[in-house]
Parts: sequence; structure tokens; C-alpha cells
Amino acid sequence: MRSVRYQTLAGQSGGYWILLAVLAVLVAMGYAAAHYMEVNGHYVTGMSNQIVWGTPHVFAVFLIVAASGALNTASISSVFGKSDYKSLARLSALLSVALLVGGLIVLVLDLGRPERLIVAMTYYNFKSIFAWNIFLYIGFLLVVAIYLWMMFEPRMNKFGKSAGTVAFIWRFVLTTGTGSIFGFLVARQAYDAAIMAPLFIIMSLSFGTAIFLLVLIAAFEWTGRPLDDDILRRLKNLLAIFVSAVLYMTLAYHLTNLYATEHHGVERFILLDGGVYTTMFWLFQVILGGVVPLVILFSPTLSRTRGALIAASILVVIGGLAQVYVIIIGAQAFPLVLFPGMEENSTFFDGAVNSYTPSAPEILLGIGGIALALLIAVVAMRVLPFLPERLGEQPSATSEPVAAEAAAG
Amino acid sequence: MQSTNAKSKMNCQRRKFIGRAGAAAAMLTLAPGVRLVDLALARPADEPASDKVRWGMLVDATKCAQGCTECVDACNEEFGLEGMGRPKTDAQYIRKIDLKDKTTGKRYSLPMLCQHCETAPCVDVCPTGASFRRVDGIVLVDKHICIGCRYCMMACPFKARSFIHENLTNQVPEAPRGKGTVESCTFCVHRVDRDREPACVEACTRAGHEALVFGDMNDPGSGLSQRLRELPNRQIRADLGLNSGVRYHGV
Ligand code: SF4
Ligand code: SF4
Repeated sequence: MRSVRYQTLAGQSGGYWILLAVLAVLVAMGYAAAHYMEVNGHYVTGMSNQIVWGTPHVFAVFLIVAASGALNTASISSVFGKSDYKSLARLSALLSVALLVGGLIVLVLDLGRPERLIVAMTYYNFKSIFAWNIFLYIGFLLVVAIYLWMMFEPRMNKFGKSAGTVAFIWRFVLTTGTGSIFGFLVARQAYDAAIMAPLFIIMSLSFGTAIFLLVLIAAFEWTGRPLDDDILRRLKNLLAIFVSAVLYMTLAYHLTNLYATEHHGVERFILLDGGVYTTMFWLFQVILGGVVPLVILFSPTLSRTRGALIAASILVVIGGLAQVYVIIIGAQAFPLVLFPGMEENSTFFDGAVNSYTPSAPEILLGIGGIALALLIAVVAMRVLPFLPERLGEQPSATSEPVAAEAAAG
Repeated sequence: MQSTNAKSKMNCQRRKFIGRAGAAAAMLTLAPGVRLVDLALARPADEPASDKVRWGMLVDATKCAQGCTECVDACNEEFGLEGMGRPKTDAQYIRKIDLKDKTTGKRYSLPMLCQHCETAPCVDVCPTGASFRRVDGIVLVDKHICIGCRYCMMACPFKARSFIHENLTNQVPEAPRGKGTVESCTFCVHRVDRDREPACVEACTRAGHEALVFGDMNDPGSGLSQRLRELPNRQIRADLGLNSGVRYHGV
């Protein structure tokens, strides 16, 4: 196999520093927002005793889920031996670490007592899926770090495949764990579905691939590195498959829920008369985040332009955020049913649809998390050679069936 | 505040019966000026909480008066729960729910509080073990190790828990609270451990309604057990199999 040459980002360009500065400012604003919430208490946010997980959780879960999907490219190359992806494995691993760190920081800063993180690390309730997730997240960072080291260190290259395999398995367990956080909440009608974990896995592949594509294109174009359309075409096909799969799983999820009569209320709420959540679901998640990208990605003419590919990826990200918003906040907005067949009324909003409006600090914290992830990636690319000098020009079997690669994911 | 001596003695006792390594956490400060020493006060030193006991409650909805909030008021006073004028974030340990049967139009009124579930979802999901169940069935939050993740609030089928959304002043010494942690009905553990009834039960009886009965479900001779045998009663969301400690009659 021809060896790939990697290069750090050359640091002379003003654009790099501007990008760095913008990201740093966003991170600082996110941190300031978290500090503001902590000093005043969470009443300054949109959350309440009814909607206990708000916008920061949407961003955090989105990032964590996307993190595992961003590793997909590396997995395809090392576990399934697709050499075309190999030169992108470093970037893929870097991005997954960066996204996970960004998501976790948001999660931690939104805690009621973020300074007690050390408590969370020293006291474990092993029955709690949340506690398991702490292990899964930290473990994932370690595993991917080792995997990266194997890829960077020529003497270690031979272990790359094994490390990649461990990371590959780990990320499935991790996403299953994240999905199970919701799956365990049996009292909440919207989550009472075994399909939660597989839904999260497929969401991770879709969001992660979209973000990977965006970062890949940006990194190559802004540094003037040649980027072969062939690799983009493959990634585009993967994305199309994942987006279709998310739509399919969403359909399956709602159909299973509709099958259970006691869940008709919450289904009606999300699908028909839930106001902002219904809009989020149909307009942002399904149409903008699913159907439109699919039209673009499957269109023979559109999908050949890079701009359309970028647009489709951005739409997938927006649709993904909307999807997580509906899953997390929409489900809490729908009232818990304590007495079926009764109208409930109380000072604690029993029986009422709970209102939630995202507040500025929450949004800033969430955006700060995304910015932090990108900042980590941008700085790392400057310090270490993550990016290949060029992509493409390798003889590759263009007729390779895409389905096989998707299955690899 | 009690003397330091008494405090450390209770701390010792508490560690013994809770059986957790809470020593380091007990040193943490909850909020400026407030040191949370004993969320769950010990019974007298020679008498730890016993697993022979299962504290429970019967709510007789046929006696609970529409519009009456004696129990709620008593609870708010007992724990110093002062509303901030923000209903969506103000803490409520116990609340009155008014019900109307959609078919028959019959109305009910009853208090809702932590059901002190035997298989408590809040305890299962809590990552740090801050949510815990005493051997005598009382479910509590150890505010030293609660990180404020609110997973327990997501898991509780009864919306029984409140998150402290702001800095608090005027706290009651017997039940210190802290911003950024979660809390809920403690069955007035500080009273129960001194052989007194929870404040809500006392208030309801004082007002002449007698809609709330508190006692030991495991003791067949207790007033509670007798009433539970006499009156048809049920658990709310019995489908979840929580074996809750609060039972309802007449709804
Ligand atoms: S009612 Fe809620 S808070 Fe109380 S024990 Fe059950 S799950 Fe926990
Ligand atoms: S908010 Fe506190 S008590 Fe509730 S699950 Fe989190 S750590 Fe446990």
C-alpha cells in the first residue's frame, strides 16, 4: 500500500487565527453562561421542576451521540480494512474525541452542583445506567486515545487494527448506553420503547457522518489540500443510507408506540397537536433533517456539487438537534399520567402540558460545547499531523457496493 | 443548631446505619453558612433504623376535603419551603391534586407526595447513590453527594421531586437544603425517628379530616395496618410494580 503523508496545519494563515479566536470567544461565552446559571441557580434558565432536562441536555446528548458516529470512518478503515478511508482515520478519531469532550463538558456544567464532579467519579451506584455511562465515556476517550497513538506511532501501527476494533465495539456499547438513559425511564410514556437504543445508534451514525463530512471539507478546502471527489461520493452515499435509516427507525418507533393504546396520548401530542414539538418533529426533524437531505443526496446532479453536499450535511445536523429536542423536551412536556381516565389539576402542573422556553444562557452553553469540540479539533490539527496532505489519486474500486460499507458502520 | 457534640454523635450513628462512606462528604458545605450534618437524623444511639419496620401511609380520599391544604401548609412550614413566586421552579414536597372522572364527572381531591417506593426508580437511576432507601422504607436524598443531575426527577413516575433552583435563606435547622440539589418528601424522618408523626398527618388530624394515616406497614397491629386491611386501597401506577409505601383509598 502506498504510504500516506500527513501534515500539521501550517500556521501562517490569518484565517486560522480568526477561526481560533471565534471559537475561543464562543467557548468563553458558554463558560460564562454556565457560571451565571451556577451562581444564580437554575431559575434563570428555562428549566423547571416539570422540564428538568433542557437545552444543554439537547446539545450534550447530540454531541455525545455524534461523537460515536464520527468514529465510523476510522472503524471502516481499520476494522473492515477499507484502505480508501485509512488516511482519514486519524481525523475521524480526533473528531470523535473532540465531540465527546464537548458534549460531556456541557453535561457537567449543567449539573446543579458541577463542582461535585469528583463525587460523581468516586461514588458509584452500579445499578444506575448513568453511572455506567460515566465509565463508558471515560473509557471511550482512553480507547480512542490509544487507538490514535497506534496510528501515529509507526512501531505501533500493527496494533492499529486491534485498537480500532476495540474502539468500534466500545462506541456501540456507548451509544447503547446513552440511548438506554432514556429507555430506563419507564414512567415516561414517550420512552417506554425498546427501540430507543438502536434508534440512538443509527442517529449517531447519521449525525456523526454529517459532522465528519463538514469538517473534512472545511479542513481540506481552507488549507488548500486536494480533496478527491471519490471519497466524498462514498461518504455521501453512507450519509444517505444513515439518514434513510434514521427516518425508518423513527417510523418504527412511532408505530410501536401507536400499537400500545396507553401511549396514544403522547403520540398524538408529538405527531399532531403538540404545538412547537409537532412543528419541530415534522418540519425540522422529518422534512428539513430527513427528506430534503435525502433528495439532495440521491439526486444525480445536485449531489455532485460540494455546496449541495455541505447543505445536506448542515440540514442533517439541524434535523438531528431537532430530533434530540423532541426526544428530550417534548417527552417531558407531555404530562405524566397518574390517574388514567381522570382530569388532573394541581399547583404542580399535574395533567397540564408543561411549557419550556430555552433561555439565552442555556443556548450559549450548548453552542459553547460545539465550539469547544471544534476548538479541540482545530488546535489538535495544528499541533499533530492529523490531516493527510492530499486525498485521492489512489486506484480504488469505484464499483464497490456501498451497502457493504454501511453495514460496516 | 445543635451542639457540635451531638452532631458528631449523630453523624457516627448515621454512618453506621446507612452503611455508606459518607464521612468525607459530611464535611462539605451545603450553602454558605449552612452545614448539612444530618439529613436523616439517627434514632437514639441504641436503636438504629430497623428493617423490621416499613413506614407507610394511607390516604383516604373520601375524607380529604376539596380545597383544603392543611397538609401542604404544614409541610411547607416544617421544611421552610418558601415560595419564590415562581410556581414552575418552587419546591413542593406534597401537593393537592384535584381529579375529575372524565366519564362520570365525579370529583376527587387528594394529596400527592413521594410514594416511598420499595423498588424506587429514583434510587435505581441515581448515579452517585445520593438517592437511597433506608431499611425502614423511607426514601431520601443525601444532599452531600447529590450532584444535581436530575435523573431521579426524570425517573420518578409521580413528579415527587423538586430541584432547588436558587440560593436559599431562612433555612430550617432540622432540614437544611441546598441550591443545585434535588429534594422530596422525607416522611418527616426527623420526626419519625423521634416517634412523632409526619407534619402533614398531624395537621390533617388536627383539622379534623383524618384523611392521612401513618404507621408501620409491617406491624399487623399498627393503626395503619388495620386500616389497610379494612379499606380497599391501591397503589398509584401499580402497573410499575413499585410496591409504594403510600396507598390510596376511595379513588
Ligand atoms: S415516589 Fe418518586 S421520589 Fe419517591 S421513592 Fe418513588 S420514585 Fe423515588
Ligand atoms: S439529582 Fe441527585 S439524587 Fe437525583 S439522581 Fe442526580 S445525584 Fe441522584
